[in-house]
Amino acid sequence: MIANFIGVLFDGIAYGSLLFLISIGLSVTLGLMNFVNLAHGAFAMLGGYVCVMLMTRWGVPFLATLPIAFIATATVGAVLERTLYRRLYKASHLDQVLFSIGLTFMAIAAATYAWGPSQQPVRLPDLLRGQVEVFGLQLGTYRLFLVAVVVAITFALAWLMEKTRFGAQVRSAVDDADVANGVGINVNLIFSLMFALGTGLAGLGGALGIDVLGLDPTFPLKYMVYFLLVVAVGGAGTIRGPLVAALVLGIFDVAGKYYVPQVGAFIIYTLMVLLLIAFPAGLYGRRA
Amino acid sequence: MTGGAQIAEMARPRIEAMAEGLSTARWTLTEVAFWLVPVACFFLLSDYLVLGSQILITALFALSLDLVLGYAGVVSLGHAAFFGLGAYTAGLLGRHGWGEPLSGLLLAAAVAALAGWLTSFLVVRGRDLTRLMVTLGIGLLFFEAANKAAFVTGGVDGLSGVTMWKLFGVFRFDLGGKTAYAYSLVVLFVAFVFARRLVASPFGLSLRAVRENATRMPALGASVRSRLVIAYTIGAALAGIAGALLAQTTQFVGLDSLGFQRSAELVVMLVLGGAGRLYGAVIGTALFMIAQDWLSGLNPVYWQFWIGLLLVVIVLFARGGILGVADQAMAAWRRKAEP
Repeated sequence: MIANFIGVLFDGIAYGSLLFLISIGLSVTLGLMNFVNLAHGAFAMLGGYVCVMLMTRWGVPFLATLPIAFIATATVGAVLERTLYRRLYKASHLDQVLFSIGLTFMAIAAATYAWGPSQQPVRLPDLLRGQVEVFGLQLGTYRLFLVAVVVAITFALAWLMEKTRFGAQVRSAVDDADVANGVGINVNLIFSLMFALGTGLAGLGGALGIDVLGLDPTFPLKYMVYFLLVVAVGGAGTIRGPLVAALVLGIFDVAGKYYVPQVGAFIIYTLMVLLLIAFPAGLYGRRA
Repeated sequence: MTGGAQIAEMARPRIEAMAEGLSTARWTLTEVAFWLVPVACFFLLSDYLVLGSQILITALFALSLDLVLGYAGVVSLGHAAFFGLGAYTAGLLGRHGWGEPLSGLLLAAAVAALAGWLTSFLVVRGRDLTRLMVTLGIGLLFFEAANKAAFVTGGVDGLSGVTMWKLFGVFRFDLGGKTAYAYSLVVLFVAFVFARRLVASPFGLSLRAVRENATRMPALGASVRSRLVIAYTIGAALAGIAGALLAQTTQFVGLDSLGFQRSAELVVMLVLGGAGRLYGAVIGTALFMIAQDWLSGLNPVYWQFWIGLLLVVIVLFARGGILGVADQAMAAWRRKAEP
């Protein structure tokens, strides 16, 4: 019973850390550029397809596809930021929502055209399959790997944000872009770099998540709510907020589906509405 | 009387004068001609009446969103919740022995308005993103509820066996859709007249003021919250009527009437026509649905691609939709005409 509970808890943490990895970029675009980007899931999907294509067409090993998925999506993100997103930073939220829904629809149609509507399979290396015993508990190796990767990335991000000059510039741009610009920080460049980083992480998350979340063309819409939820509940522009929100969400979702399957997605949606009523600006949101 | 209310009271004559001066106060010839088109379609295009009534119903639905989004400025991605609620209310009534159309319509409006009023308090809290998420979440909750309560709603299979009585005891809902079309057109027109009156009223003006500057309105002694609550409730009621119309005329309610796809497509139609202009809702819906019908031979996936592209293009190059672009073109033409 207890072991069972810990197993569910662990699955929830693995699921939550994946959500965090994908959503952190959304938190960046929202907190830094004040842009509601509903197309964020499309970048995660792109990363997933890059991973699958490299593995099935060219036989690249799974672990090697991950950095490529990161770089490929980050590049696409940077190009789109320079050409399209940039024009809408000052637009109303409605325009941003419409624009990004449009992009999402196009991404879904393009993915269906290119790869068909079916689920894509992923063959994990033997090393990452099966279970390992940790303190007498049977844990999925892949999920353990997932958590380890996300923990490493989170620490790297925290270091980047808190300890480096670049991080200080980003934080000042979040606080007040105009003033940051005035003291000689190249806010435009920071926006581009952060957007690329965020989309790249989403792509990495999409590739890592094929085994957990699945991968088919409806991916961006299916998980859009989850990504938005993580950011809206956690509060945009921070690392800690989305991390806590993603873990809470992941645990509740997995536990809900495991213990009370007949209630289904109810738990998550109710939780979200309640949390948003209690914290309209997010758990760690700043008052605007 | 508090100071704020006093100031508002003093400003009232001026606001009313402005409302009087609004071009919307009097019906223009163009508007009359516009409404003659669907009437003419009834006689000329009798083969397309089924599609026609679908368009009229969706136009009413888009009109309800226009009040919420176009005038009150609340971006909602879950408006289908009220459409579906109205549809299920009317559908369940018809299925369980009460097939009188008009009372079904009113009850559906009442149920949707109640749901809209209750949820509006959640929606008016927070800012754009929170609102977006809450409307989305409420929409998903309604969808899940209908999905799980299959013993009432029929779940994924939909609610069938809806039996309608004759309209006014005279007009049977025929297969050709003549009654359905005329019924939908009259309901749409009545709702439109109501909405037109509403947006030209002082209340409608204050809604626009809230949309333009929500921080300044309290300084003028006007409560933002109560205005948004009212607008959202009215929008929900109209959406409920549209849903009920669909249930009554097709005598079926599908689970997709509550789906996210419906909410999202509705926003697309409204924006295509031009939000915040009432007529944009009707024109956008008609164009969208006629195009969808023409291109239905196409794979739905490609249809989705073009819709996506259309959205991106509208946002980048054609703010204000078709009517917005038409306005700009007219203004440019006038400038040219006057040297």
